Amino acid sequence: MKYLKFLIVGIIFGIVLVKSEAVSWYRIYEMFKFESFHMYGIIGTAIGTGIILLQISKQLKINNIEGELVHVPKKQKGLFRYIIGGTLFGLGWALSGACPGPMYILVGTGILTVLIVIAAAILGTYVYGIIKNKLPH
Amino acid sequence: MEAILQPWPWYVSGPLIAMIMFILIYFGKTFGMSSNLRTLCAIGGAGKKVAFFNFDWKSQRWNLTVVLGAVIGGFIAHHYLSVTTNIDLNPKTVEALSQLGFENTGQSLLPDELYSWDAILSIKGLSILIIGGFLVGFGTRYAGGCTSGHAITGLSSLQLPSLVAVIGFFLGGLIMIHLLFPLIFS
Repeated sequence: MKYLKFLIVGIIFGIVLVKSEAVSWYRIYEMFKFESFHMYGIIGTAIGTGIILLQISKQLKINNIEGELVHVPKKQKGLFRYIIGGTLFGLGWALSGACPGPMYILVGTGILTVLIVIAAAILGTYVYGIIKNKLPH
Repeated sequence: MEAILQPWPWYVSGPLIAMIMFILIYFGKTFGMSSNLRTLCAIGGAGKKVAFFNFDWKSQRWNLTVVLGAVIGGFIAHHYLSVTTNIDLNPKTVEALSQLGFENTGQSLLPDELYSWDAILSIKGLSILIIGGFLVGFGTRYAGGCTSGHAITGLSSLQLPSLVAVIGFFLGGLIMIHLLFPLIFS
């Protein structure tokens, strides 16, 4: 039962991303061509709403269900990892049209060839794990 | 009901995504989909050989459950909550894609030119999906997060590293679409 709430959150996430068309390769392409406001509107209002929700919970000192103050994990310091890793991610995102959330969701819509992208992404993650210590972070 | 069956506007979708992020944080977790790729490596036994995957993946079962839900959500949305999969793209985008050899643009979620069984049976088609997926998996772990972890969660919590990562996402995306696409598809 303790996993049920996560299942429900996942289902809602899947529905929202399909209904918003954010899972579409075409929308990603259009975004990088700056030919539509749609994706910018989604990301922008998500961040705006997110800032408000997190600031309110900070001001009101809201506890999470484990009884601790609501908090977001801090990202590690660094520069190279963010700019180089981010750029590599962007190249793959634009080519495949799928980032790690939509990949799974697209399988649910019945497009099984996306499993190839998922398998390759797992391989990419694995290779990063192997050469991690040789990369600038 | 009709409004639900039509595509949802950005001003509905964006705030809903923020609420999904917030609810996961409220549950004492975080919104990060790419972490599941690392978990899947660990489940496959990668931890025996590579220290990066040597962690208690069972602590991540909640996130795999979110993934399972996302697959189900994708199924429900596509089969029961959509009357059309036509995407209302900018005509300029459709025209640009037509010049790159893409037909029926916007009539499905993903282009047949990349994701049909015919496409993946060609060396070029298969390579595109493998290279794209590999870069996403490698890049997201190198950068420590993806669209959900950096663009939504990281920027909502005003973290500078996430801003740098998102700038990287766009840099990579722009290079791919504007410089590499004309070379790959012509």
